[in-house]
Amino acid sequence: MSAPPNRLELRGITKRFPGVLANDRVDLAVRPGEIHALLGENGAGKSTLVKIVYGVLQPDEGEILWEGRRVEIRSPHQARRLGIGMVFQHFTLFEALSVRENIALGLEERYERGELERRIREVSEGYGLPLDPDRDVHTLSVGERQRIEILRCLLQNPRLLVMDEPTSVLTPQEVDRLFATLRRLAAEGCSILYISHKLEEVKALCERATILRGGRVVAVCDPRVETARSMAETMVGAAIREPARPAGRLKRAPRLLVDRLSLEPEDPFGTALRDITFLVRRGEIFGIAGVAGNGQDELLAALSGERPAPKPEMVRIGDARVGRLGPTARRRLGLCVIPEERNGHAAVPELTLTENALLSAHGRLQLLRLGFVRRRAVAAFARRIVERFDVRTPGIEVTAGSLSGGNLQKFVVGREILQNPEVLIAAQPTWGVDAGAAVAIHAALLELAERGTAVLVISQDLDELLALTDRLAVIHAGRLSRSFETRDVEIARIGMLMAGVEEPAPAEAS
Amino acid sequence: MLRIEARPEPSRRMLLATPFLAVLLTVVSGALLFALLGRDPLVSLHAFFVTPVSSLYGLGELGLKATPLILIGIGLAAGFRANVWNIGAEGQLVLGAVCGGGVALWFWEVDAPWVFPLMVVAAVAGGMAWAAIPAFLKTRLEVNEILVSLMLTYVAVLLLSALVYGPWKDPEGFNFPQSRMFGEAALMPPVVEGTRLHAGILVALAVALAAWLWQARTLSGFTLKVVGLAPAAARFAGFERRRTVWLTLLLGGGLAGLAGLFEVAGPIGQLVPQVSPGYGFTAIIVAFLGRLHPVGVVLAALLVALSYIGGETAQIEAGLPQAVTGVFQGMLLFFLLATDFLIRYRLRPVARRRGAEGR
Repeated sequence: MSAPPNRLELRGITKRFPGVLANDRVDLAVRPGEIHALLGENGAGKSTLVKIVYGVLQPDEGEILWEGRRVEIRSPHQARRLGIGMVFQHFTLFEALSVRENIALGLEERYERGELERRIREVSEGYGLPLDPDRDVHTLSVGERQRIEILRCLLQNPRLLVMDEPTSVLTPQEVDRLFATLRRLAAEGCSILYISHKLEEVKALCERATILRGGRVVAVCDPRVETARSMAETMVGAAIREPARPAGRLKRAPRLLVDRLSLEPEDPFGTALRDITFLVRRGEIFGIAGVAGNGQDELLAALSGERPAPKPEMVRIGDARVGRLGPTARRRLGLCVIPEERNGHAAVPELTLTENALLSAHGRLQLLRLGFVRRRAVAAFARRIVERFDVRTPGIEVTAGSLSGGNLQKFVVGREILQNPEVLIAAQPTWGVDAGAAVAIHAALLELAERGTAVLVISQDLDELLALTDRLAVIHAGRLSRSFETRDVEIARIGMLMAGVEEPAPAEAS
Repeated sequence: MLRIEARPEPSRRMLLATPFLAVLLTVVSGALLFALLGRDPLVSLHAFFVTPVSSLYGLGELGLKATPLILIGIGLAAGFRANVWNIGAEGQLVLGAVCGGGVALWFWEVDAPWVFPLMVVAAVAGGMAWAAIPAFLKTRLEVNEILVSLMLTYVAVLLLSALVYGPWKDPEGFNFPQSRMFGEAALMPPVVEGTRLHAGILVALAVALAAWLWQARTLSGFTLKVVGLAPAAARFAGFERRRTVWLTLLLGGGLAGLAGLFEVAGPIGQLVPQVSPGYGFTAIIVAFLGRLHPVGVVLAALLVALSYIGGETAQIEAGLPQAVTGVFQGMLLFFLLATDFLIRYRLRPVARRRGAEGR
């Protein structure tokens, strides 16, 4: 044989779950030293496939070839012994332990203390992953935490590194640094299976891409010669219309005003908000960028009324000082909210769509009579959401938990928008939803702003904010930067602010 | 081979079927148990389940025992829906008996129509006050309501004992630890000739109906479900957990207090050291067996009431030990919890080889 065998080859992998065919005869080949992208919408079967490769799940049918030999990967332990390393989207680190302790806990073999420390320094410097082995994990940024996970894999000399959505939590600069590390690894012969839905990144990094849709492979292509749009259309299986970037919306009266909002966290590991000041005008979309865990959750709770602010004037809706009011009173004044977490926060998975429609709309729509629920009115409202927002569901009496992530998100977004809010706050409105739903949600937010609502979008996805907002600011460590016109903002500057490199300038007065 | 498989949606059919399945399994296991004890299972089962309800008097007794179970079960079920675990209904019942009975003893010689309503008010207030202690500690200091409400039960029982052994002892009672018999105006006469069944059963059924309306049709009732299932979503919706904790504990306490009053003003007619055979605890089983649904609670209360009376008849007629009542109630709860597994999972037969299963 002339060509070396593929590092990893999957043949006809099929995996069924009750009611779902997650992987349908999937073929995938990763060559030695190749950076191979695995692309697909949420629910396309990427995670299932990766779990099979890493031995977390067993395929129902099909075979796995490792360097040309047929293998069965029964456990992650066995996968690691073969030389497969995996960096998960959600880190598995102990906050209270040091970098070295965390790495030692995840290793297969035992090292002497000094030996391990030497190896950590060697590998971290060799691959441009600077880390101090003695630092405690809770003092590290998200990017640094990811480095620990990568280091943990590299110490085992992997021949294949699987990375699941690694850049979703990184600043642009951190992304660049990660890519440099990955290219270097590939040059040394380590194969990389890179899972993402960010197409520009895939174009910049990967040599080949396997695209999944509905559990099947629909294309294998070279992302360097494809366009992001062509790959997106292959992923979705339909032509996509991006929302047109709105040209300078009218500057009208401020609708949501936040004035020197400071709030101690409820949770000891939470972030304190410090002097947050900004305003959102009628018809404007204002964005708050930032890496997760920098106070976004706390800010959302303070704005929605789930946690009252210390003083009434710290949050204003138009002229009303609402800082001390609860969620229902704020909703009556026109403030609707789309929290980031769909399951258990924006919606109750065990309840039906009708009941979930009542959940946040009871105060604003005429759904009650003397404390009694007007059941017909609620059902009609739920049906209206399903129709207007194209929620794919067999009916309104099914549980919210039975809907896919994208469909439930459309339902939640629809529920808030159809209450005709004066102010709408959306946190990560397209997180974990498929491309089709994301486009629909973006279009709905733009249309709402067009009708005069003040819209605030809090998101970690900078691309989303750049596409959607008129102005944006960056939150870091509970402080908000001054705001920028989205049109002429420098991405590098935003990246610095997200990383907390540049001390945020005093926020604008009004 | 059977394979356990998660259902994509919890099965509504199983939700209704498992209580019946649990009853069936309890009866079968009971028959087995009787056989192992060397009795004829059919005779024993007959004595346990059929004899008690084959007379008017028996049916009256059934309603009499079901009354406190319905009242308390309704209150507890509302709390359990909202994840508020009031385990101390027994203590709240005793406090209701003490406060209501206290009023009856205070106005012992007064024969006026306002005595009984006043007793009701006192009993409900007493039960609520006892439940307010865990509610206060829970909402202010995050103290676990299970421990507080449970331990207060023992305090309540000792308080009742202290009263009937001490200041409230009947001066003409030959030093027995019991109070005077209540006056005419403080008693609940039977509503059906030839039984001991009093108007409490009507109150219990009315409470069940009202609770059903409340939970199924009002926003306040909806709040319970949301708070229980998803506290963060409840906060998002503007439903205050603190308010729910107070509401459900006060409701449970008030209804338990009322149940206590109905016992002392009904069949007992005076205060004695033991006013309840554990209705407050048994009502926990009733609430779950009834699927935390008011209508279910009524049916479950009747069934469990039957196990009380059945235990007594089985003792007398078939010579079975007294513990058989507890065993039956325990088995019932166990089988219910065990069969609940079928709501979320299903068993599916699988072939040994799956190779030929291509699409």
